[in-house]
Amino acid sequence: MAIKDLPLEEHYIPGSAACPGCPASMALRMVFKAIGKKMIMVVPACCTSVIESLHPYTSFDIPLLNIAFEAAAAASSGVAAALETMGRDDITVVAWAGDGGTYDIGLQALSGAFERGTNFIYICYNNQIYSNTGIQRSGATPYAAWTTTTVGGKTEFRKEMGEIVQAHHIPYVAQTSIGYPEDVYRKVKKAKEIKGPKYIEILAPCPPGWRFDMSKTAEMGKLAVETGAWALYEVENDKITFNGKSKLILEGKMKRKPVEDWLKLQGRFRHLFVPERDEKRLKEIEDHIDMLWRRYRSWVGIEK
Amino acid sequence: MILSGNYAAAYAAKLARVNVIAAYPITPQTQIIEKLAEFIENGELNARYIRVESEHSAMAACIGAAAVGARPFTATASQGLIYMSEMLWWAAGARLPIVMGVVTRALAPPWSIWSDHSDILSQRDTGWLIFFPESAQEVLDTIIQAYKISEDEEVLLPIAVAWDAFYISHSYEVVDVPFQRNVDNFLPSRKKYKHTLDIDNPFSHGNLVFPEYYMEYRYYIDDASNSSKKIIREVDEEYYKIFGRKYGGLIERYRCDNAEYLFISLGAFSGDIKEAVDRLRNRGYRVGFIRIRCIRPFPSNDIKEVMKDINGAIIIERDFSFGKGGILSTEIKSALYSLNIPIISYIAGIGGRDVGYEDFIKIFQFSYKCFNLENIPEKPIWYGLRVIK
Repeated sequence: MAIKDLPLEEHYIPGSAACPGCPASMALRMVFKAIGKKMIMVVPACCTSVIESLHPYTSFDIPLLNIAFEAAAAASSGVAAALETMGRDDITVVAWAGDGGTYDIGLQALSGAFERGTNFIYICYNNQIYSNTGIQRSGATPYAAWTTTTVGGKTEFRKEMGEIVQAHHIPYVAQTSIGYPEDVYRKVKKAKEIKGPKYIEILAPCPPGWRFDMSKTAEMGKLAVETGAWALYEVENDKITFNGKSKLILEGKMKRKPVEDWLKLQGRFRHLFVPERDEKRLKEIEDHIDMLWRRYRSWVGIEK
Repeated sequence: MILSGNYAAAYAAKLARVNVIAAYPITPQTQIIEKLAEFIENGELNARYIRVESEHSAMAACIGAAAVGARPFTATASQGLIYMSEMLWWAAGARLPIVMGVVTRALAPPWSIWSDHSDILSQRDTGWLIFFPESAQEVLDTIIQAYKISEDEEVLLPIAVAWDAFYISHSYEVVDVPFQRNVDNFLPSRKKYKHTLDIDNPFSHGNLVFPEYYMEYRYYIDDASNSSKKIIREVDEEYYKIFGRKYGGLIERYRCDNAEYLFISLGAFSGDIKEAVDRLRNRGYRVGFIRIRCIRPFPSNDIKEVMKDINGAIIIERDFSFGKGGILSTEIKSALYSLNIPIISYIAGIGGRDVGYEDFIKIFQFSYKCFNLENIPEKPIWYGLRVIK
């Protein structure tokens, strides 16, 4: 599907308080297009608590429940249970959380909701930081990235949330990137039609958080995929399929670009290049991505 | 039926036709949620049971369910209650009708599973209405009443019904379980409110507010809490008309007529205090007892009305605010500020230590001397304390 073929329907309406170039707002538009009006969204503390606009206004034309930071998945279980008692299986429950609320503080509730089979879509828009509080390190922050709490660069690699979720063996798990809005749309649309817990993670490059120009959000989302720093895949009933350029990289039909191409454009990695190149850490990052792809290949049975 | 306090609570939730239960096990509450699981399993109760992974999630799920229009129930105790504290504030702030059973239990460390009211009383500022029944029968009646109060459009605040670990939770007594049709008449199914989430009338619930709006939201919670006093009394009367039992609304007045001295307390040891009052009355002492049935909203006027002509009050409580004093005493003293009544405050039964009617008689005798000598201890007395050096 091409972008021009997306539905014209909009439930992301004017008045949003998002930053210019905000990836979450781009992703929200796709989510609303894919699901339509019949949804209830549960939002924990994250940038969307602001993006949705400030009382007494809203920029979302759908019912929304704000909830505490760690509680999106649990509150969604309550919403889904209530809808079941009313026989409303036509309404999609969507938890919409950032990486802090997913990887870190909300992980326990998320795991619980997946394990007990809550019928909802949990979408994590991953900008790899606590952005709403002003760029602090999260479990999703990549190695060596500057944040206000890792001023010399993060000393650990990010955790693989997609793998943690896969260990729950839920019907649908997907990773996508806002660099490919049609991929976001397609995956959300697919998840909507599946019963049970669904997880979609959208890589969401954040201009002020990653320190790049606000016009480059989509480009940064694409480069992350082309360099292999992020992978597009979907797992349906434990069967994994890589999508788009990630599929080409996986099958060796496209060589992944050097990760530097992506790092160099982000101020948060500037210390790896100036005043002099930090060869050690650059190699560690490259090696880590190689290791990740070896693992991906082993998942699909391609030995390398 | 012969029921424990916990089973009475489960029967109450069933009679209230709760349709979403989200709960996590914790001693001494677990029997409630086991019984409810059993009711659902054998088809006696038509409800969704969310077996959450924590109490925090239990309350979050209740909030989600209530926001969409369900009638949720949960129960917890002690550590679990404190763990869900953040969501208690959320539930009240979101103005959602939710009823929760709290089996009061001491907080660790050191570990203790026995009764202590500090768990629920530490949550008294969350906006929840808080009831303290005295018996298994009252647990059942209060939970049914609580749904009616909580769902009243003038209230729309969550309610905690709190009863003592073991003394009430695990003690069996004869409990009159009402007929379902009578409860259905008393408590119709839950209404849809203006702020119930609805795809046909979309709005955002709980968006960020600037200082120009937040204060009003808080004021309305306080206003609703105060308005609930009238509703609590009315519901208690209405309940009486159908079921033949009432509890005095916010406070129970036990032999308060012509009393010179009053005990004030709440929870399980109220029964022993009543026994002590009877025995002291037989010996000629003009003594009565105010049982606080509802600590939020705080029944200041009800208490003042009963207390205006007495010579002294003895407050006995199973809770403490470190560095200050008994929580109940502090509240009562502030309510009685203008009356200048001598008050002696006792801390007793902490962590489930047994206190019986003989103890209350001893407490009275000591206090009686203090009142007559006009020598009122300023500090709370830790009754039965074994000082360990």
